[in-house]
Amino acid sequence: MKFGIVTFPGSNCDYDAFHAVTEILSEEAVYLWHKDHDLQGSDVIILPGGFSYGDYLRAGAIARFSPIMQEVAAHARSGGPVIGICNGFQIACEAGLLPGALMRNSHLQFVSAQVRIRVENSGTLFTNLYETHEILRVPIAHGEGRYVASRQVLDSLENDGRVIFRYADAQGKTNADANPNGSERNIAGIVNEGGNVLGMMPHPERACSPLVGSSDGVRLFESILARVVA
Amino acid sequence: MSKFRIAVHITPRKGLLDPQGKAVSDALHTLGFKAVKNVHVGRYIIIETDSYDAITAEDAVTEMCAKLLANPVTEDFEIESAVPA
Repeated sequence: MKFGIVTFPGSNCDYDAFHAVTEILSEEAVYLWHKDHDLQGSDVIILPGGFSYGDYLRAGAIARFSPIMQEVAAHARSGGPVIGICNGFQIACEAGLLPGALMRNSHLQFVSAQVRIRVENSGTLFTNLYETHEILRVPIAHGEGRYVASRQVLDSLENDGRVIFRYADAQGKTNADANPNGSERNIAGIVNEGGNVLGMMPHPERACSPLVGSSDGVRLFESILARVVA
Repeated sequence: MSKFRIAVHITPRKGLLDPQGKAVSDALHTLGFKAVKNVHVGRYIIIETDSYDAITAEDAVTEMCAKLLANPVTEDFEIESAVPA
């Protein structure tokens, strides 16, 4: 399977994603320059973390106008898998691929830490190799990760099983203490209506080896392989 | 075509948590401005544009706000009347 990793000016997790795909999954990966118009036959698109366009205006606001995003949006509309991680989540929201927005962390501080997230729905393209309510250890590194949306949007996300990750403590409680950024309802990751676009603030591509403290992120990528190949 | 200048105010949507405004408010209290009740921190954008008339320029900037300058989920915007630039 071929993964296309978009590099915007200011992306800084594209290499981590490339490493995860090629070294850990042993799958093919290609960098897609933001000015290109060709996904080069990629089956899965990764919008990586970073500070695209210096976070000017709002995080992700300018990146969605990059030429490659037209192709990414078309890929998403036709049911192709898209993973937006951190800044990629912000870009996906700004581009309208996912509902809601990511705002400044409630405590105003950039937070770089290993956190726990709870798998809320193991029936998705991205989570089918996890158990529902399994606790994962995955790092976060962001200043604008507070997920917000209208009450109606939040309710429909919950009712449709589209909240797939929530910040949790070791016991799996999703309370305020376990919430690193003030996200509504401890939301750490969501999928779109079609279930083919994932946005999450935590970095699964940086949790792919015991060497860096966790390999819990590997199964997220393997889930896509399992579903698409099956 | 004439040149117009339009100022845009973008503020956090009322009712949403505005931690930046809260931090500034707390700092002002520390400075002794105890009477301060609320602070909201937003963005101020000045756009200079060619247009046939002021109304057309204002309509265009309104569309710019809706499509890019403000986030419809989290922010409100107000535009000032267009003035000749």
